[in-house]
Amino acid sequence: MKSRSLHTTDVLVIGGGLAGERCAMEAAAEGLEVTILSLVPPRRSHSCAAQGGMQAALGNCVKGEGDNPDWHFLDTVRGSDWGADQEVARMFVDEAPRAVRELAHFGVPWTRVRPGNNDYFVKGEPVVIREAEENAGLLMHRDFGGTAKWRTCYASAGTGHAILYAIDSEVIRLGIDVWDRCEALALIHENGRCWGAIARSLRTGELTAVLANATVIATGGYGRIYGKYTTNATINYGSGAAIAFETGVVPLGNMEAVQFHPTGLWPSGILVTEGCRGDGGHLLNRELERFMVQREPEKQELASRDVVSRHMMDQIQNGNGAESGYGPHLWLDLRHLGAEHLHQKLREVVDICRDFAGIDPAQSMIPVRPTQHYSMGGIRVNKDGQAYGMAGLFAAGEAACWDMHGFNRLGGNSLAETIVAGRLVGRSVAAFARREKLDTGTALARRFLDACEADIAAWLARTGDGPRIYAIQSRMAEIMINKVGIFRNGPDLEQAVSELQDCLHDCGHAVLHSKGPGMNPELSDALRLQGMIRLAITIASGALARTESRGAHFRRDFPLRDDRHWLKRTLARWPADTTSPRLSYEPVGLIDLPPGHRGYGKAEWIELGKSLEEYNQSVGTLQDAEGRLASEEPQGSRMSWGAWKSVATTTGTSK
Amino acid sequence: MNAKTRRLTVEIFRFNPQDPDATPGTECYEIDESPYMTLYIVLTRIREEMDASLQFDFSCRSAICGSCGMLVNGRPMLACRTLTASLPQHIRLYPLPVFELVGDLSVDTGRWFRNMVQQVEGWIHERAPFDPDAQEERMSDDESLAIYESDRCIECGCCVASCGVANLKPGFAGPAGLNRMARFMMDPRDARDDEAWFDVVSNEDGVFGCIGMMACHDVCPKELPLLEVYAYLRRKTLAAGFR
Repeated sequence: MKSRSLHTTDVLVIGGGLAGERCAMEAAAEGLEVTILSLVPPRRSHSCAAQGGMQAALGNCVKGEGDNPDWHFLDTVRGSDWGADQEVARMFVDEAPRAVRELAHFGVPWTRVRPGNNDYFVKGEPVVIREAEENAGLLMHRDFGGTAKWRTCYASAGTGHAILYAIDSEVIRLGIDVWDRCEALALIHENGRCWGAIARSLRTGELTAVLANATVIATGGYGRIYGKYTTNATINYGSGAAIAFETGVVPLGNMEAVQFHPTGLWPSGILVTEGCRGDGGHLLNRELERFMVQREPEKQELASRDVVSRHMMDQIQNGNGAESGYGPHLWLDLRHLGAEHLHQKLREVVDICRDFAGIDPAQSMIPVRPTQHYSMGGIRVNKDGQAYGMAGLFAAGEAACWDMHGFNRLGGNSLAETIVAGRLVGRSVAAFARREKLDTGTALARRFLDACEADIAAWLARTGDGPRIYAIQSRMAEIMINKVGIFRNGPDLEQAVSELQDCLHDCGHAVLHSKGPGMNPELSDALRLQGMIRLAITIASGALARTESRGAHFRRDFPLRDDRHWLKRTLARWPADTTSPRLSYEPVGLIDLPPGHRGYGKAEWIELGKSLEEYNQSVGTLQDAEGRLASEEPQGSRMSWGAWKSVATTTGTSK
Repeated sequence: MNAKTRRLTVEIFRFNPQDPDATPGTECYEIDESPYMTLYIVLTRIREEMDASLQFDFSCRSAICGSCGMLVNGRPMLACRTLTASLPQHIRLYPLPVFELVGDLSVDTGRWFRNMVQQVEGWIHERAPFDPDAQEERMSDDESLAIYESDRCIECGCCVASCGVANLKPGFAGPAGLNRMARFMMDPRDARDDEAWFDVVSNEDGVFGCIGMMACHDVCPKELPLLEVYAYLRRKTLAAGFR
């Protein structure tokens, strides 16, 4: 049997979820040859599990009236706790309406505006609102956390599924080559230029060197570092970020920014959508009190995810959690929404509650607890999606730190990012692949193939009574959830870094129990392990170094946001032959909306202490020094300076 | 340990097509049942604690992605949402039939479904190119809900595995394929008219290949109304045929 081969393509996309496929479509439409690698058939990607919806400022319903990209910009930057790159946030909000309408064109069965009287729940109260006849049949919106308007477009609670099927249908229509059950083990690169990747078949274990003019990483998040304490699919290893990291040249941005979703089903960790709270669901403690009303009078259950998750953990740590055989949890109460609403608008939630908790949410409360959900951090890229320090390498979606989310992503902004970034980064990728030549020899490909083969051979050769990879995995997960979770502090983080270093050391001595031919599931897991531990160490190290609290990164010992010292992005590189990441920092980007109060959460912070002009002046130079490659348009070209002023009110809310 | 805890016997089909020395057979594993234990937990524990070579597919582990269809005591179902409490002490797990075997419980549903989508051209045949600056085309919410209903198929392959015709006849679109046809036929955004659909739907690889045993309807984990779907297809094609 042939065990290694060579393939060339114009564009290689690693990851067959929404961001990767939408990017691939853009390149294929330009007549380029595109190859997608996907761990699973693309329709089984984790994008399918996104439930609640996709934000786009169309303003089609009464509670969304007057919405526009300026509002969306304000909400996104405030949500990010000012960690976002504001130019990217601007590009995103301006493009989101086109992206969502394009999906309607591709056949997504969006929920539509029903004219006449509609029953809604707003801040705990039932209300009847009359939707205008003139808006009949336009895309409907639901409420989500941290937004001034109802803005989230949705298809019941299966929005990700519906979008993924529509996009994958387009991929098939365009005849794009998809290698499913295939994993990228390493990037092929030399002198700061990426030339594709080494792919391993998860059917046969065969290796293929895929030489590509442009390479895109769109492998999603790394939730499985947190083991079972994540809403993520079992395939979310973060391997795209890990192989970019492995180059030693490409930095990962803000890895310490880890989102916990308030409502993971307890104890399985399966996601229960924010749409539940958007549609009027309540969070209750053991006394059946709506604790969020007192904690966040303005936004209540619909503050941003980081804020809601912290209030929930406070409840649990103060003994207000409900008891279960698996430890304390809180309740999500949807009973007042009624069976018909649940069945039509939150159908997948009804299914999940039935299948995994044995309850009917129309009759019973749902046990929930904050659960690891999303990585704001990832491969640091410029506004075109071009990776820092490595020409020809791009990243999009959750795998990237493009950076519209900063330290906290709003619900409904990740599905939107996959499509918007897919469109925009896809165009840059296509332009790059048209402009540049695939110009490298097979010797380079062979070098990387040899290295991967040697790695595999080493794993298979190692014998004795060394640790098992699954024991190391679960130890890593326990360290992460207990010491690098929602509430963090210096001593715990120091311990976490040191214990994770032990895991990394153990990984070098672990012994496989399965050595048979073919894909060998244990070997496949083993090949991912070192990369995952390195990501974990980087998250913990970044969190330890950042002595402030911002968005989802909360330090008990440094509870305030500190704009004077920390209005900057962490960059981490892992140079060859070292055992720790090297951290450096860059400005978050050009700032239009000045740092201030988010409208929820703590109303205190440490001021920047200099003018925005002064801050903005050095952004370009400092980012260039960190490896930012030139974008097609100059930095700042997409800013709409001051446009937010037309909508910003003193209270920051209008719903 | 609770005195009433069952010790489950899990009998699993084993065959690795990549191993020239392998012969198909089954292996048994013993495992103590725990509360709310699903087959996802069972299989993961077997791989991590007893036999690291065991192949199976899970992704979302929440009955959304359709990866984990398998025969559980002879019936096609999603392993991730199947509680051991609902099963007898002796659990037999086999891969889904019809699909090519990847190894053990893992089968290649991905290629089968991509072929099916190509066969039924399961994408919107646009009436005009997308205009990025125009407002979205309107559609009533009821119409959209009806499309969503059949768009909910997760392509797990349980219906295909349960289908007598699909088991015997390779070109048959299968229940999921027929459902996909109906999904696009009822979508007003799709330019194909009844005539255009006639050639795809109205033959023995389409709705008239179905012999009406309806196991598909019973095993569908998403409870898609397949009975109604086939009736809709027959009605539409008959109308087109008589025109």
